[in-house]
Amino acid sequence: MARFRCPSCDYVYDEEVGDPREGWPPGTSFDQIDQDWACPDCGVREQQDFERVEG
Amino acid sequence: MTDMTADLTAHPTADLTAQADDVETPAGDWSDTKRYAWLLGAIIPLIPFAAWGLVESTGLDVFWYFGPLFVFGVIPLLDLIVGLDPNNPPDEFLESLENDRYYRWITYAFIPLQYVCVIWTAWMLTRPGYDVADRIGMALSAGMVAGIAINTAHELGHKKEKHERWLSRVALAHTFYGHFFIEHNRGHHVRVATPEDPASARLGESVWRFFPRTVAGSLTSAWGLEKRRLERRGKSPWTLRNDVLNAWAMSLLLWGGLALAFGVGVLPYLVIQAVVGIWLLESVNYLEHYGMRRQRTERGRYERVNPSHSWNSNNIGTNVLLYHLQRHSDHHANPTRRYQALRDYPEAPVLPTGYAGMIVLTWVPAVWRRVMDKRVVAHYDGDVTLANIQPSKRERYLAAYPGPAEVRDVSAA
Repeated sequence: MARFRCPSCDYVYDEEVGDPREGWPPGTSFDQIDQDWACPDCGVREQQDFERVEG
Repeated sequence: MTDMTADLTAHPTADLTAQADDVETPAGDWSDTKRYAWLLGAIIPLIPFAAWGLVESTGLDVFWYFGPLFVFGVIPLLDLIVGLDPNNPPDEFLESLENDRYYRWITYAFIPLQYVCVIWTAWMLTRPGYDVADRIGMALSAGMVAGIAINTAHELGHKKEKHERWLSRVALAHTFYGHFFIEHNRGHHVRVATPEDPASARLGESVWRFFPRTVAGSLTSAWGLEKRRLERRGKSPWTLRNDVLNAWAMSLLLWGGLALAFGVGVLPYLVIQAVVGIWLLESVNYLEHYGMRRQRTERGRYERVNPSHSWNSNNIGTNVLLYHLQRHSDHHANPTRRYQALRDYPEAPVLPTGYAGMIVLTWVPAVWRRVMDKRVVAHYDGDVTLANIQPSKRERYLAAYPGPAEVRDVSAA
């Protein structure tokens, strides 16, 4: 399970937790998410811009 | 001195909010000169009381129209007299400034005062002794509050805290425009300065032509965004979990409550307030990105939003009343950043005066185009093909602005 960070606002998508409000239940892997899904907090960057959080 | 040319992403907002409780104010002698001026934004909802006071003290009924007189007369004059404020908070102070809760309480304070304004105006409208012209003046003055409340809702709707997003919808209930906070954050900010964005005005598009496009486009976009979000969850859009519907439900409660308390006679005046408030907001939308266009990258995506995609103004009058909304470039690059920490960028295009005065110019499209079109073209170094042009006027603009020879060659290649 990996975590991915929005490079604009620091929103973090955690595959383990998902984002149920957005329609991504816990366990949804990041590559199952639409490429043009915009960051739910800032809207500035999209799934394909997110950066993997190491560690 | 702040490095004003620093990359916009040099200070991601989240870094500023991550450790709210253990931030220490850096040493130094900088202090926010606008700290107490921001309070002026919170007393805007008192406009209807000022109108009443002026009518009572002068006996002149025209002061029921104090709201529009203030917004389109007093504020533009203040902008011209008081002038510009290019000051940016130094980098080392951004974090403590962002986390100073004083600033957010000012935005919260607006909302109870807004509701006092709504209720008081509804009560005044039902009192005997006023004619229809007086009542329309009352509704227009409260409508100015309703419009500026959309700006307060805008500031709050961008924040990560749940209670601030909820307050945003409470402020929008007045104008029945609750879908704005969905479309604005998830639609407009994603598509800003592209032909696909209903809330980005095109070069040559008059404000009157822009209104129906932005109002209808924003509504359908907000609905589509919520419908898709709920579809992913396997739910129908017809649920109060739909943020469009629950925001409108707040308006139904407010308007229904006022009609029950003061009679259905207040409803037409509530409609006037909402229309005027929406018109004020959409006027600001119109001028914020007029003619601006993001170019496509080699991969076919739009380039990232940068300071050159929004019109800015450092006119202090409008800036203080609208929580730095005119520092619009920084806002689009860092939408969750709080108003007091927004900065000015020298490379951003600048309007000739503040938003309030610019709205007055939009009323006569020929005047607007005379002032703004040459600025749009100059912003693109003479190459009008880089602007977001109203499709029906494209040929006319290409003919009017043939551009420098080398630019023509490049675009023809």
